[in-house]
Amino acid sequence: MVDSLKIELQFSGGMELLFDNQKAIVTQVPTQFPLESSASDEKPHAANIKDLIGWMATTLLKERPELFIGPDGSVRSGILVLVNGADWELEGELEYELEDGDEIVFISTLHGG
Amino acid sequence: MDSTATSPPPPPTKKPLKNPCNLCQSVRAILKRPKTGQQLCKECFFHVFETEIHNTITDNKLFSRGNRVAIGASGGKDSTVLAYVMKLLNDRYDYGLDLVLLSIDEGITGYRDDSLETVKRNRDQYQIPLLIISYKDLYGWSMDDIVKEIGRKNNCTFCGVFRRQALDRGAIMLNVDHIVTGHNADDIAETVLMNILRGDLPRLQRCTSIITNDTSEDSSGIETSKILRSKPFKYTYEKEIVMYAYFKKLDYFSTECIYSPNAYRGHARVFLKDLEAIRRTTIVDIIHSGEALSASVQANESTKLPTMSNCTRCGYISSNELCKACLLLEGLNRGLPQLGIGQTTKIRRMHDAAALNSTLASGLSVPNPTASSGTEESPNGANKESSSRGGVVVTHIKDLERLTTMPTLNTI
Ligand SMILES: [Zn+2]
Ligand SMILES: [Zn+2]
Repeated sequence: MVDSLKIELQFSGGMELLFDNQKAIVTQVPTQFPLESSASDEKPHAANIKDLIGWMATTLLKERPELFIGPDGSVRSGILVLVNGADWELEGELEYELEDGDEIVFISTLHGG
Repeated sequence: MDSTATSPPPPPTKKPLKNPCNLCQSVRAILKRPKTGQQLCKECFFHVFETEIHNTITDNKLFSRGNRVAIGASGGKDSTVLAYVMKLLNDRYDYGLDLVLLSIDEGITGYRDDSLETVKRNRDQYQIPLLIISYKDLYGWSMDDIVKEIGRKNNCTFCGVFRRQALDRGAIMLNVDHIVTGHNADDIAETVLMNILRGDLPRLQRCTSIITNDTSEDSSGIETSKILRSKPFKYTYEKEIVMYAYFKKLDYFSTECIYSPNAYRGHARVFLKDLEAIRRTTIVDIIHSGEALSASVQANESTKLPTMSNCTRCGYISSNELCKACLLLEGLNRGLPQLGIGQTTKIRRMHDAAALNSTLASGLSVPNPTASSGTEESPNGANKESSSRGGVVVTHIKDLERLTTMPTLNTI
């Protein structure tokens, strides 16, 4: 069993400004959540997008996590998410289980007109 | 990138298609429509998106053949998609429109200068001529200058008032019949909500109309020019605009204005998004509420707009002797930037006091409100030139002759 998943994260529509102006980051995401280091009492489960969002907020974001993650652990409202090229609303949203090689895109709708 | 790149391609016809498109049934859906919940593939989404805007344009008879139409272009997502779609529909359905891009340079270093580069690329990509007009040229002040003078409080008031007039001035210079702007359904719902919360019924009326040529002070047209304004994206959701731009790989600029956190709109926006998560139809519901309320406002005599005439200084349509932009400029130029911020009655009192003060202090010639109000109401604005030259020191539209020679009409 692999202990991490290779995930490509892409940022667009101003989202990249929160991630050091990087348009894409290829990263290794743990296969299981919650992480041992966290105090969460959640049952162990395979990594899903909700885990990914929380993990990104703590490991990749340098500042102002509130511009990315909402109080419910989802992305802040107004951020669109695509899973392998499709609207995450068609893929189970937060519950979508990550697979090795997945490509997840975050697009901000909040910037400018 | 190809999602199948990391696994061997699946043998055809084996598995049933995951999430088939509701329209063509043959391709994987990539978007769930916020309006209907329908799931669509990329090509069907493009088709539906474009066709709905075409229907909005034809159902509301926004344009007539031969119209010259300015697209208010900021380089942001909405106006970039608007320019692309206007061009596409004009070609596809042969509207016979003469399209131009009109951009306002507020003079905000690190923000507008970069976004104008995007507009210039759009000009070349879509082959639409572009005019850029600047606050500095029109008013003598850039937003950077204004913020240096007044700080960051209230600077959005200046910017908003100046932009509206600047678009009209630009439209006159371009000799257009019509200005289209990229306001989308989400923007309009936010504005409805904000106007209801502020009790601003005249604005409520304006923000819900798809097409306006009204003559209220800080709304669209100059009475004599009959320039229409419309919002072809009135029924288009922000999510679809952003997804369209993403899938079409359109080139847009996405940085927030450095001077405007616009906290109030931000809250309205988050509130709406939260409501929408619970109730899918929130956005259209609020737009409909706004329309219903403005219909009843219209029926109510007491909320009628004041009688309009022309600003005695610049000729812009105004219910007062000075239009809002001239009032704000007077404050700036006299070092009294609070002038024009806040309630109208207070503004007028301050204006009278300021006029008196400055006449006493520096001998500046300022039109006497009682003497000029009877004579300056030219119905066609023909005497605005003479009135602005009549010894008045503070002018913001630096004579129309100068404007027409401004060199920024970049034809391709
Ligand atoms: Zn389809
Ligand atoms: Zn004026």
